[in-house]
Amino acid sequence: MQLIACPWCGPREEVEFHYGGQAHVPYPDSPAELSDEEWALYVFFRDNTKGRFAERWNHTTGCRRWFNAIRDTTTYRFESVYRLDDPKPPVTELARSRRSTAP
Amino acid sequence: MSPPFRTASGGRIDRATAVEFIFDGQTLTGHPGDTLASALLAHGRHQVATSITLGRSRGIAAAWAEDPGGLVQVEEPFPEPMLLATTVELFDGLVAHGLPGQGRLADVPDSARYDAVHHHVDVLVVGAGPAGLAAALTAARAGARVALVDEQSEAGGSLLSGTERLDDAPALEWVAAAVAELAGSPEVLHLQRTTAFGSYDDGFVLALERRTDHLGAAAPRHVSRQRVWRIRARSVVVATGAHERPVVFADNDRPGTMLAGAARTFLHRYGVLPGRAAVVFTTNDSAYDTALDLSRAGVHVQAVVDARPEGSPRRREECEAAGIRLLPGAVVTGTQGVERVTHALVAPFADGAVGAGSAIACDLLLVSGGWNPAVHLYSQARGRLRYDEVLGAFLPGERLDGLTVAGSAAGVLDLAGCLADGRRGARAALTALGITPAADDRLPAAPESAVPTAPLVLWRVPDTSGADGSTSFVDLQRDATVADIARAIGAGLRSIEHVKRYTTIGTAHDQGKTSGVLTSGITAELLGIPVQDTGTTTFRPPYTPVAFAALAGRDRGRLFDPERVTALHEWHVAAGAVFEDVGQWKRPRYYPRPGEDMAAAVLRECAAARTGVGILDGSTLGKIDVQGPDAAVLLDRLYTNMMSSLKVGSVRYGVMCGVDGMVIDDGTVLRLAEDRFLVLTTTGGAAKVLDWMEEWVQTEWPDLRVHCTSVTEQWVTLPVVGPRSRDVVGAVFPGVDVSAEAFPFMTWRDTSLEGVPVRLARISFSGELAYEVYVNPWYAVAVWQRLLEAGRPHGITPYGTETMHVLRAEKGYPIIGQDTDGTVTPHDLGMAWAVSKKKPDFIGKRSFARPANADPLRKQLVGLLPVDRETVLPEGSQVVEFLADGELPPPPVPMLGHVTSSYRSAELARPFALALVRGGRERIGETVHVPVDGTLVPAEVTGSVLVDPEGARRDG
Repeated sequence: MQLIACPWCGPREEVEFHYGGQAHVPYPDSPAELSDEEWALYVFFRDNTKGRFAERWNHTTGCRRWFNAIRDTTTYRFESVYRLDDPKPPVTELARSRRSTAP
Repeated sequence: MSPPFRTASGGRIDRATAVEFIFDGQTLTGHPGDTLASALLAHGRHQVATSITLGRSRGIAAAWAEDPGGLVQVEEPFPEPMLLATTVELFDGLVAHGLPGQGRLADVPDSARYDAVHHHVDVLVVGAGPAGLAAALTAARAGARVALVDEQSEAGGSLLSGTERLDDAPALEWVAAAVAELAGSPEVLHLQRTTAFGSYDDGFVLALERRTDHLGAAAPRHVSRQRVWRIRARSVVVATGAHERPVVFADNDRPGTMLAGAARTFLHRYGVLPGRAAVVFTTNDSAYDTALDLSRAGVHVQAVVDARPEGSPRRREECEAAGIRLLPGAVVTGTQGVERVTHALVAPFADGAVGAGSAIACDLLLVSGGWNPAVHLYSQARGRLRYDEVLGAFLPGERLDGLTVAGSAAGVLDLAGCLADGRRGARAALTALGITPAADDRLPAAPESAVPTAPLVLWRVPDTSGADGSTSFVDLQRDATVADIARAIGAGLRSIEHVKRYTTIGTAHDQGKTSGVLTSGITAELLGIPVQDTGTTTFRPPYTPVAFAALAGRDRGRLFDPERVTALHEWHVAAGAVFEDVGQWKRPRYYPRPGEDMAAAVLRECAAARTGVGILDGSTLGKIDVQGPDAAVLLDRLYTNMMSSLKVGSVRYGVMCGVDGMVIDDGTVLRLAEDRFLVLTTTGGAAKVLDWMEEWVQTEWPDLRVHCTSVTEQWVTLPVVGPRSRDVVGAVFPGVDVSAEAFPFMTWRDTSLEGVPVRLARISFSGELAYEVYVNPWYAVAVWQRLLEAGRPHGITPYGTETMHVLRAEKGYPIIGQDTDGTVTPHDLGMAWAVSKKKPDFIGKRSFARPANADPLRKQLVGLLPVDRETVLPEGSQVVEFLADGELPPPPVPMLGHVTSSYRSAELARPFALALVRGGRERIGETVHVPVDGTLVPAEVTGSVLVDPEGARRDG
């Protein structure tokens, strides 16, 4: 059970948090102007990234605030957390590993 | 009188005290400090059980948790299955018997307490052997906050099993001094009888402390029997030692066959001779210590059979001096005996080939095939292993952040090396944490140990018995043999994970502590590939079995999940209410009178509400206070209907959808002020709706000046329902004009009762004239009783959730989550009227314009009236239709939908149901069929509103 660093509360047990899916998927400005396909993309389609992924998290049993995080979906490790009004950090393919190369 | 195999002196047992225990019906004695296994061995008893599938005799084969042989069931003081004789500490009154691989769960409740403790440390050291003690001392001396946990009854680890010396004194004197030093360090927690069984992310380690198991019936009742320690460590030092590995040969499961190191433990720690005449079979130097120690203690060591061509030149002189015959370049190829080994079959061995052998008489056959570092906790933390050719073992192969392996768990097998490696591990951990190690962290001097002769890696002895490996046991608990591995490979399996599952090796109680690496080795050999390519199976928690009772801890019974009760709960209990669980709430379901069952009580309660007056405790209704200048904007965006146009003093019903347009909750909204609303949600949806509001406010509309907070528990809600409700409410609250003209439907009024603020609302969940009374919970009982008092002349009847459901269903009011399932739109519910056409957007609106939403064959909420006027259609029943010829279509019979709510109606004098039915509204008037207990019940499709469809009753 890992620790997740809430940007407001600091590191807390994983069980205090709820997952909120892919981050940076804003509600469309004018849904009425979207085609059915465009609207369906917003409602139903999300990335399924292997590696670093920008996600929404909610500190459900703590401060109850939403925040964003970059997490590696292959290792589960959180690489950074940031507030909703912070810009999205660059997400590169390079996954940070828990391991160092020395034996 | 001492048992026959007890030594005259020595060991860590309390010889002055005798304890009596019963094993397999036989009364025996032992001493405090014994395990069940050592006490049995003291009586000369090796065989403990028979094996799970083959029924072969099995005995004690090791001295601790790696033992695959000695399974027992404890009967007294509390029944517990699948324990190991080697890990059950002896106490007076213990009753146990051997188990053929399967135990029996207790059929009486466990009255013991179990609990859990959270603990946070800088450095957690697992294992209190030489490396662990050195690590703990190093960390403690640096001033770090330290936890030291060890699974044995006392600290010392391997030192408890030998005669090692440190600083020219018995090593256990240093152990005692180290324990005392740790006890004097205020920041150190030192726990014995505590097994770290799981290692997880970020230094999270679970450990099980056995607090009173060893006390038997004398265990104090107020102390928890076992405790789970949830330790969060900034750094973990794993010093868990190594397990000795056997060599596989024919009939290697015969009782009397034991790991060499275990015999040394039984001798030195427990004062027990595991036999009189021993043969020692080894591939490495460590077993020589056992041979020499046993010989000194009076055991006749018949021979040391060493598979290495030269044996151990270094130990030859010692053996010769002790009169022990050395047989280098030889192996044990099999055993003889029935319930106990009587002979070891020994044969020359060169270049993998076995020569002609002979039998050596013995009652004890000791085996050592080398040592497997106990890397479990490291591997659980997803550390990769590497195969070490010299040791023939898998070692930690990389450095993990926050987790260091030290001592023999890291492949360091000599005492001086373990001490130094423990200190190194702790220093590395401290440095990583920015803690400076103490200038003086001296460790005791261990005698120089000569470099041992390199071990021979030998997984198995070729089977010359003619059994073709079918009696060469790899996993004794699973009765799995070399022949089984060969069969798995013959079936085409290559991955060690597949071989494990095919053969079941490593899936038993011991999870492959002795068999796992052997399987890798033998599999590699049979496949002709290097062992490192085979690898090991995955190590998963728990390291040793943990009882569910311990994991549950105090989260049992009433403490499993919080129970929420309303302010009127005691009144309901006194009134004889039958309760039902609604989420975490306890709600009265109905109030039976003497002789009434639920059906009768509900019919009576329904009739009262429809013809007189009823009263409900509706306090569990979710309530959210929404405040701020933009409160109306928020609600306009979240509800399908317009809330901003609601007047202060008025109430509006609203439906809430997800972005997919499906209904997620409904309820009424009271406008308290221009900038303040009270939102009522379903009981089950309260938390979800508040979270929903928060999510949108925080993530999409942070510009809105609005705040939402739950006030569910700040208000009790008491609906007074029925044509006589006006009389009752008017009598209790004379300050309010309750007439239909002055207090119309869907409005609210504030009043007070003797200075206590009260809010009344004309909201109806039954279709009848009704007033909801809101008051602070402190006054709930008083107001409830005033209402009952005023209602007595009218026969006021308290009713529960069942009647509430019948009344609302008769009116076609859906319960979100019962009549809907996440695929239902407001239009499907017949609530197009609740969907605003004026608002440019709200959550869900765009989805309503999708073509699928306009499909006339969508499932729609309709009523069903069973034609026989008798059958209450079971909720969840499928709805089907006949073909034109009056027959069912051939299977699979298409499903039109399902029954969502179904009750007996007092008002209609017949059962009725609500159902989601394909194109339901177009079918009104048609007959469909519902299979009930094998017969097809015809039912007429109706509109969803069955009682008072004109709404004539709501004003009384």
